[in-house]
Amino acid sequence: MAIKIYVPRDSSALSLGANKVAANIQAEAVKRGIEINLVRNGSRGLFWLETMVEVATSKGRVAYGPVMPKDVASLFDADFINGEAHLLNLGLTDEIEWLKKQERLTFARVGITDPVSLEDYVAHDGYKGLKNALAMSGAEIVKEVTDSGLRGRGGAAFPTGIKWNTVLNAPADQKYIVCNADEGDSGTYSDRMIMEGDPLVLVEGMTIAGLAVGATQGYIYLRSEYPDALVTLNEAIANAYQAGYLGDDICGSGKQFHLEVRRAAGAYVCGEETSLLESLEGKRGLVRFKPPLPAIEGLFGKPTVVNNVISLATVPIVLDKGGQFYQDFGMGRSRGTLPIQLAGNIKQCGLVEKAFGVTLRELLYDFGGGSASGKPIRAVQVGGPLGAYLPESQFDTPLDYEKFSEIWAVLGHGGIVAFDDTVDMAKMARYAFEFCAVESCGKCTPCRIGSTRGVEVMDKIIAKEDHAKNITLVRDLSDTMLNGSLCALGGMTPYPVLSAMNHFPEDFGLEKGQAA
Amino acid sequence: MVEEILVSIEKHIQAHINVPGALMPLLHAIQDDVGYVPESSYSPIAKALNLSVAEIHGVVTFYHHFRTHAPGKHILQICRAESCQAMGSEALEIYVKKTLGVDYHQTTSDGAITLEPIYCLGNCACSPAASIDDQVCGRVDIDRVNEIIAEARAA
Repeated sequence: MAIKIYVPRDSSALSLGANKVAANIQAEAVKRGIEINLVRNGSRGLFWLETMVEVATSKGRVAYGPVMPKDVASLFDADFINGEAHLLNLGLTDEIEWLKKQERLTFARVGITDPVSLEDYVAHDGYKGLKNALAMSGAEIVKEVTDSGLRGRGGAAFPTGIKWNTVLNAPADQKYIVCNADEGDSGTYSDRMIMEGDPLVLVEGMTIAGLAVGATQGYIYLRSEYPDALVTLNEAIANAYQAGYLGDDICGSGKQFHLEVRRAAGAYVCGEETSLLESLEGKRGLVRFKPPLPAIEGLFGKPTVVNNVISLATVPIVLDKGGQFYQDFGMGRSRGTLPIQLAGNIKQCGLVEKAFGVTLRELLYDFGGGSASGKPIRAVQVGGPLGAYLPESQFDTPLDYEKFSEIWAVLGHGGIVAFDDTVDMAKMARYAFEFCAVESCGKCTPCRIGSTRGVEVMDKIIAKEDHAKNITLVRDLSDTMLNGSLCALGGMTPYPVLSAMNHFPEDFGLEKGQAA
Repeated sequence: MVEEILVSIEKHIQAHINVPGALMPLLHAIQDDVGYVPESSYSPIAKALNLSVAEIHGVVTFYHHFRTHAPGKHILQICRAESCQAMGSEALEIYVKKTLGVDYHQTTSDGAITLEPIYCLGNCACSPAASIDDQVCGRVDIDRVNEIIAEARAA
C-alpha cells in the first residue's frame, strides 16, 4: 500500500519552501521505487516547524520539521516513511505538547485533512452540522447559534445569533450571506489558515447561514493578498457543487444555496462591513452610515448577513454538537474558543485555539516561548493595527472581550504581535497614523485629514519641537478621531497611539507617570 | 498592441456584463490579463455598465491593487505592517530600495522589478514577509531578498 505523506499547501509553509520539499519527496520516492500518496494538507499551525512533514504510520502520524528541501534525502535514508528516528523527528503529531494543550473546535480538521477533498471532510465529521440544519426550521437554527454564545470573530464581537435573527425576520425576495474574508490586520492569519486548510467548513457554515435566514446566494469577499486561498476556496466550492452540497437542491432537500468568491483589491477599509458591501457592488469602498443596518438593507439593498470567516466556520460545530457544547467553553460573556495568532517577535509563532480565559502571558511564554530575538518582550499589540499596545504589567489579562475593554484594549480578530525592547513606541504611534492615512476611505474628515496631521504632530514630538504643546495636540486630535469617525479605522487609530503614549511615556520624551 | 489590448478588454466586458456588481471582477480580469487597467478601458467599461468614466476612474484609483500603467516584469512587495516591523522589516525596506535604486511604486531602470509596499500578507508567523509575483516568502533577511531579486532577474 502507498505510504501517506503530508506536506502542507498553506501559504506560510509555501513561503518557507514547502513546494520544493514536496517535489523533492516525490522525486526521491520515484528514485527509490517507493510508492507514496502525497497529500497537500493545511498547516497544523506550528510555523517555526514548517515545513512540517507528516507520515502516516501504524502508530499514528509522525511529524518531521522544520524540513528544508535539502533534508529530504536524509529523511529517506533514515526510513522516515516508517516513522523512524531522525534529527528532525518530532514524534507523534498528536503527542506534540503545543497541540495537546489546545482546544481546537473551529480548527478541528485544519492540518489533518486534504482541504479540498469532500471524502476526507465527511470522514472527519464534516457536513454533520448541515445535516442537522436541514431538519430544522430557520428559527431553530438561529436559536442554536444564539444559544452557543458565538460572537463575531472579526473583531466587533457582536452576537452572531442576534444578527442572523434580524435578517431572518426581515421580509425580502432576496437575501445574502456575505463572508468577510478581507483579513487585513497585521498579526492575523487564522482566516487564511481556514480557507487554505479547511475551506469546506466555511462553505458549510455559509450554507447553514443561508438556510437559517432564507438566503440563497453567498459571497466570500477575499482579500487580493491571498492568491493561494483563492485557489483552495474555488477548488472546494467546485467540489461541493459537484457533490450536491451547493446548488439548487442541497443534499436532495429542495433548498438552494449558491456561493461565489469575489476578490477584494487591497483596501484595508473594505474589512469594514459597509465598505465591503459597497466594494461588492462595484463601487469605491466608502463607509456607509448606519442605520440602516446591513441586516436590513445590505448588499444591493437587501437583508444581508455579514460575518467573518471564523464566525461562519464555527457554525458547523455548533450545529453538529449543539449550542450548549460550544457555550461550555470560555469565560464571562466570551463563550467558546478563540483562534489566537502569535506573530511578530515570538520564538514559536503559530495558531493557538483556546477557550477564552487564557492569559497573554501563557500565550507569549508557554506557547510562544518568549521573544525570537531572546530579548525581553516589551510591548504587545493585540487585535491588529487598531488595537492597543499593552505593557508587561498587563500580560496577566485573560483573553475575554470585556476584560480587554476594561483596560482600554481590544481582542479584535485575535492577532498578537510582540515587540522586544528595541522597539520605539513613538515610531509605532507615528506608524498608526501613517497607516490610517494610507488606508482612509476619505469619508470622515477626522480620519482623512486627522491621520496626516497625526503623522506631522508625531514627527514634531519625536523631534522635541514644541513638545508639551504637541503632546496636548495629539491627545486632542485622537479625541476628535475617536468621536468623529463613522468606522473603526479613524475611530480606533487612537488606540495604538494613546496606549503607546500612556504605557511607554519615556519613548515620547515624557517622564514616567507624566503621561496619563 | 493597443488594439490587441482593447479587443481583450472588450472580451472581458462581454463576459462580465450580466454579473451582479460586475465592476470589481471585471477590473481584476483585465489586470490579470493585461497586467494593468489601461485608462483607455474606462470609456468602454463605463458604456457597458451604464456608469460614468469618472466612476470607473474613482474605483480604479481607490484600490491599491489596481494599476493604470504597465509594471515591471516582476512585482516585489515588502510587507510594512507591525508584525514584520517587529522582525526588522524596516532595515529590509531600506536595503531593498538602495539595492534596486528605486522607491516604492517605482520600477528598476532595466524594467525588471517594480517595488510595492504591502500591508500584511498574512504571513505574520514568518515575519518579515515579502512576495514576488504573488508568491509569498517568509523570514526574509538580506540574503534571502538578494536571492529573490537574482531569481526574478534571471527568470
